[in-house]
Amino acid sequence: MRPGGARAWSWGAAILAFALLWLVAYPLVLSALEGITGPAGWTLDYIRAFFARPNEWQALWGSLWISVATVVAAALIGVPLAFLFARTEFPGRRLLGALVGLPVALPPLVGVLAFLFLYGESGFAAHLVRWLSRSDQAPWQLQGPGAILLVQAYSMYVYFYLLVRAGLERMDGAALEAAASLGASRWRIFTRVTVPMLRPSLIGAALLTFTTALASFSAPYIFGGGFRVMTTQVLATRLNGDTQLAMVETVALTLIALVALALMGSQRDTQGQRGGKGSAPARHVAAGRGRLLAMIGGWVFAVVLLLPHATLLLLSFVPVGTWTIEALPPSYTMANYSALAGDPERLRPLVNSLWMATVATVAALVIAVWAGHLVVRRRAQGKRLLEILLAAPYAVPGTVFALALATAFSVHQPWALRTVLVGTLWILPLAYLIRNLPVTSQPIFAGFRQLDPGLDEAAAGLGASRGTILRRVTLPLLAPALAAAGALAFVTALGDFVTSVLLYTYDTRPLSLEILASLRSGDVGVASVYGVLLMLASAAVFLLGSRSGSTTR
Amino acid sequence: MAFLQIDGLTKAFDGAAAVDRLSLGVERGKILALLGPSGSGKTTTLRMLGGFETPDAGRLIVDGEEVTALSPQRRRFGMVFQHYALFPHLDVRGNVAFGLETLGIKGGELVRRADEALALVELAGFGERRVDQLSGGQQQRVALARALAPEPRVLLLDEPLSNLDPTLRERTRRELRALIRRVGITTVFVTHDQEDAFDLADEVAVLRVGRLEQVGPPEALYAEPASPFVAGFVGRSSRLEAAVEESGPDHVWLRVGGARVRIPGRRSSCPPGGVVLVARPEAWTVTAPAQAALTGTVVDRRTTGALVFLTVKLVDGALVEVSCAPPAVAEGAAVGLVPMEQGIHLFPEAAR
Repeated sequence: MRPGGARAWSWGAAILAFALLWLVAYPLVLSALEGITGPAGWTLDYIRAFFARPNEWQALWGSLWISVATVVAAALIGVPLAFLFARTEFPGRRLLGALVGLPVALPPLVGVLAFLFLYGESGFAAHLVRWLSRSDQAPWQLQGPGAILLVQAYSMYVYFYLLVRAGLERMDGAALEAAASLGASRWRIFTRVTVPMLRPSLIGAALLTFTTALASFSAPYIFGGGFRVMTTQVLATRLNGDTQLAMVETVALTLIALVALALMGSQRDTQGQRGGKGSAPARHVAAGRGRLLAMIGGWVFAVVLLLPHATLLLLSFVPVGTWTIEALPPSYTMANYSALAGDPERLRPLVNSLWMATVATVAALVIAVWAGHLVVRRRAQGKRLLEILLAAPYAVPGTVFALALATAFSVHQPWALRTVLVGTLWILPLAYLIRNLPVTSQPIFAGFRQLDPGLDEAAAGLGASRGTILRRVTLPLLAPALAAAGALAFVTALGDFVTSVLLYTYDTRPLSLEILASLRSGDVGVASVYGVLLMLASAAVFLLGSRSGSTTR
Repeated sequence: MAFLQIDGLTKAFDGAAAVDRLSLGVERGKILALLGPSGSGKTTTLRMLGGFETPDAGRLIVDGEEVTALSPQRRRFGMVFQHYALFPHLDVRGNVAFGLETLGIKGGELVRRADEALALVELAGFGERRVDQLSGGQQQRVALARALAPEPRVLLLDEPLSNLDPTLRERTRRELRALIRRVGITTVFVTHDQEDAFDLADEVAVLRVGRLEQVGPPEALYAEPASPFVAGFVGRSSRLEAAVEESGPDHVWLRVGGARVRIPGRRSSCPPGGVVLVARPEAWTVTAPAQAALTGTVVDRRTTGALVFLTVKLVDGALVEVSCAPPAVAEGAAVGLVPMEQGIHLFPEAAR
């Protein structure tokens, strides 16, 4: 450790920066260049084409309005939910409060699948309605912008719920009492004190929801019908063979995401207004009717929000083709699970996803620890560049990144540092790894910042080599951060759909693609079993990680 | 009836009494301190006064009006919270104006009244500052201005000095006292610090596990503590086990510290038998061992400059703290202790 301020130049930092530039920045630059390169050199034709086609404007407009609408809808669910669980007390509050936050760990495709099974044309709810009305007709169609909006609000309310709830629990309760004793009515306290004090949480949640909705792919892909948004448009254009146009589209999408992110960054400065002091507001333990109302509200909310996932679980036990007209499935079986276990072809996607997620997670952790050491400990030259490169994949929608990788690694040009990876075993783990860099580096950097550098020096003074220090001191102390980062990365990679759908090959097809294929071939049983497995793996790993990770916060 | 009357106030949390049948009165314009260790119920009492907790039983009366069931909004009590609870999203003037706005005051009048309140706490010109740019002492004064601006009937202060560093503390205490006197507002404040209570308050109420031990002016609490607890909590004192051997009209003979000692003064509450003797450090005259019945060895010696405090180990092993003027005897010296009339209190053994 150099004395504070002095920055070391190091080979390690140079190598890492170079590797990250090559993996993160280079593909994006290449694909952006592709959009302005024609057969005869530089051209603006594709950009002109982009602006000339009404389809593109539709998709752009669709992306924007559906993202804004998602923010509003998610806030309408998440904010009252946060108030309910942060401000009232009723039996079951703690458990339900944790459960309704759980969807944050679920892969988006699982949410979409669960929603489809519950509210889809032949889903549980439709079954019930048909059974009640004795009708053969599907009561509704789950398609178009309304369906996308519904699914996204249903899965993205968690951001509002978690952030606003945390904001409420951090809030100084005395400020509310002060307002009351100054004569402010409850409404006035809410509008003049509570909401302004929640502003950072609300803005953070809104921007997070906006960027996530903007990058959302699963919901528009499955429920979109003819409705255009940018993420699906990029894929369609690309599959159409208009590579260059697709590149222009990705650049447009990236720019919007970057603007939202820049807004988020500028907001963050005002967030640390005040911490620590004072005590959280007292939970309102209403007597009699109020308490009952809070309890009913809490349970209804939780059941409605978690119903899709419960449906998924239920369906995985229903024999294929037996559930046609009844309100509830007539029989249950383990056949869907045993079919999976008995058929190696069926198990393959599971095995694929597991090994690819493991490789991507381990590699991301190694890079993050290495970078954390260089950036936080050694304060190496170029640490700002390393930080930006590690955070960049967060800003770029998954579709864009997948396309960029597909562009960069589809030709063999060793002098340009390009080689053919598309179609090989390695493209997906590589894509997962890059997508995982922000999720792993954030908690690990935080872990490094909390480590006392004196410990290293003490160990060195006791004669420990650098390897021994890493093994015996640094890594054990980083364990909670490593667990949290690893859990999040593993879950993200395991459930990935956005990048996989563009880059997979039949041999490396991951769980998400197999779910889609089963769904298309009408094999609901297998699809739901895969969905349940993803859901359980995600929940288990996430709970594990958040438990050991809670000490790093 | 006093201006602020607390009558049989009771509050239990999960079955445990936090405040138990507390009755107190504060005259108009006077300052009352609620003094006690943590868990004594002083903060709960203050919160019930502010309307933030509902009492299980008892009544609160202000100026002849019962306010027990009144919400904080309608009570018109000003409260200064321990951590000030300033609104972080409003500037200093916005904070001070908050309570005025709820009174329907608008425009130029609002600014004038807010600035007036700021001038009162000597923060004129600070109106546009952000509250997180202020020092701890300034934040407290903003909180005070905010509480006083709507002209409340009673001012409540929760540990008003606990967040300030020692050098600031004494100055703030003086300023606070001057300000409250100037405004002339009836004030109740909570503290665990005896010095704060004595310096600021006209009357001090000593609380212990939810009950009132004693209430009175500071001097009275010090000179005539009603229980060993009050004697121990207010000012320095030593406690000795003793037995009354003989009671006279102007003295008592005690067996204490392995000796038979004559304590001067009229004492009504001394039945023969075991008693607890509580003595102030200044209640003893230090002499040569031969001149006193009670003797011991100096085991510790600290000086404050004006006074020297000695810890004397008596023959039976009990420790007594004694003060005397320097130059004092050295550590390890044998001394005699002669009791004086003032500063020595005897309590029946049952009273603890």
